[in-house]
Amino acid sequence: MSFENLKGRKVLVHDMCLRDGMHAKREQISLDQMVKVATALDAAGVPMMQVTHGAGLGGNSIQHGFAPHTNEAYISAVAKVVKQATISVLLIPGLGTMRELDSAYQCGARSVHVATHCTEADTAQQHIAYGRKLGMDTSGFLMMSHLNSPEGIMAQGKLMESYGAQTVYVTDSAGYMLPEDVTARISALRDALKPETEIGFHGHHNLGMGIANSIAAIAAGASRIDASVAGLGAGAGNTPLEVFVAVCERMGIETGCDLFGLMDMAEDVIVPMMDHMVRISRESLTLGYAGVYSTFLLHAKRAEARYGVPARDILVELGRKKMIGGQEDMIEDTALTMAKERGISIPHAA
Amino acid sequence: MAKIRCALIGSGNIGTDLIYKLKRSEVLEPVWMVGIDPESEGLKRAAGLGLKTTAQGVDGLLPHVVADNVQIAFDATSAYVHAENSRKLNALGVMMIDLTPAAIGPLCVPPVNLKQHTAKLEMNVNMISCAGQATIPIVHAVSRVQPVDYAEIVATLSSKSVGPGTRANLDEFTYTTSGALVSVGGARRGKALAVINPAEPPMIMRNTVYCLTDETPNEAAITESVHAIINEVQKYVPGYKLVNGPVYDGKRVAVFLEVAGLGDYLPTYAGNLDIMTAAATRTAEMFAEEIIAGTLKLPIPQEALA
Repeated sequence: MSFENLKGRKVLVHDMCLRDGMHAKREQISLDQMVKVATALDAAGVPMMQVTHGAGLGGNSIQHGFAPHTNEAYISAVAKVVKQATISVLLIPGLGTMRELDSAYQCGARSVHVATHCTEADTAQQHIAYGRKLGMDTSGFLMMSHLNSPEGIMAQGKLMESYGAQTVYVTDSAGYMLPEDVTARISALRDALKPETEIGFHGHHNLGMGIANSIAAIAAGASRIDASVAGLGAGAGNTPLEVFVAVCERMGIETGCDLFGLMDMAEDVIVPMMDHMVRISRESLTLGYAGVYSTFLLHAKRAEARYGVPARDILVELGRKKMIGGQEDMIEDTALTMAKERGISIPHAA
Repeated sequence: MAKIRCALIGSGNIGTDLIYKLKRSEVLEPVWMVGIDPESEGLKRAAGLGLKTTAQGVDGLLPHVVADNVQIAFDATSAYVHAENSRKLNALGVMMIDLTPAAIGPLCVPPVNLKQHTAKLEMNVNMISCAGQATIPIVHAVSRVQPVDYAEIVATLSSKSVGPGTRANLDEFTYTTSGALVSVGGARRGKALAVINPAEPPMIMRNTVYCLTDETPNEAAITESVHAIINEVQKYVPGYKLVNGPVYDGKRVAVFLEVAGLGDYLPTYAGNLDIMTAAATRTAEMFAEEIIAGTLKLPIPQEALA
């Protein structure tokens, strides 16, 4: 594949540190850290940043963990300091609701990813329509896109477009896709959607393909790329934003971001925040290899610590049972069942 | 003994499944099915099973209510039309079981509060949601032992079992179920999460119930209470099953459930459909038993008085 024709292409970079990165921090990012990260992103010219609980609006729960502050508090704090960037939020129908979207808008959010599993776009109709009604930049976000064919993704993307989505995302939640998988899905969308509808790609780095997949997406017609500085995100992290921007500069793709500012930010702000090195570890590689939702990583490690079943075994079993994003309760359930089968006795479990 | 005659409003999955549940009942008899599309699978099936049908909505049923002695109606349409349906049928002395998220009447979970509703002769009771029917008994089982500050439930439904009405109105499902964890389940605060999983073959409905108790949970008492209520639910939903738990972690109680259906209309994986129709049938039977015994009298239709 030749990338000659990408010279001069404009791509909108959307940072995920303050949303997907919440997963990597067990939802424990402080307001001060949020403000510091947002200020640095804004200064480096990143045009969009997502700010919420890792699971988005409505995310504070036993299922997904409680952050120390409400989404409203985070969004308001960030809205006060950003000068040029747009603040976005994540909304997964079934978890978040229109009331919460309304509240996020009041706090300063102006863009929303309305996310469904890649076969369930029709659960997002009322939320996409409501985002548009509020005047928000509204994207449809097809999670776990590797679990649907290019034709299937095309049909789901058309549904989202029909509800009012201005951008449709191919979302590689498991970090499982290879560049040819991305090309096939993005091309199918580009052929089917209206010319004015944008296409986005959201990658995870579990197989080390974040950058390559994002470039493949651009070559196939994507104009928005989700990434996070130093990769702070679920699993082995998102596409590392500063690396992506460096590659774009080499290829002549225009992002409008300040590469050296982002490099400094990665080193001086994000890496010191990490509780563990966000990298391709045994378990995050398992996610990418087995096609499992990246957020399951830390939950599986907690279940390992509590029930004595190795996280990798749990993740492989979750993949086999075709569990999808939002089913974090099934991690503990699966660990309990596997512990029973292995004759491990568990205190405080009837 | 004469059975109580029933009408089914709405010819989708729920209404169609109800035909089978009612046909097995010793006290209920389905006589009418109401739809809006003469070509609908549900109406054809109902006619094939000997029910009278109309494709004119509830107005097509009204002229026949008195002559056919319809005393209980099940509404499985949508929250938007339920209020009108209920008003029209209540005026004819027909008791309404509401399977939509409209919830204009009191919320009913049979093993928790059905007896209170029959005692008060409620003319409209609401069945909340499939997730509510599956999880509120467990929240109640914990809260009757000790105070629950917060209850959270996660319902996972197979993609094939979730109809277009629920898909287009997920927020209503969330609000109604969250509210009922408090008002019926007895928790101080509640939150409901729904996940739709497209795996093939379809997965059986799963429900996880978390409760945060004020004080350290009394493990033995809660475990016994949970097992007791599961037995109660199993009387009308045989496929209601404890998979794991109760598991205790500090003040958190976790219970992992599975709900398999009877496979009447949709296959067994659609336990979410089954638990709604089974709970609605159980509710109607309780009213019917009292009507037959003469301990409960439905109001005389206003039309008959005129």
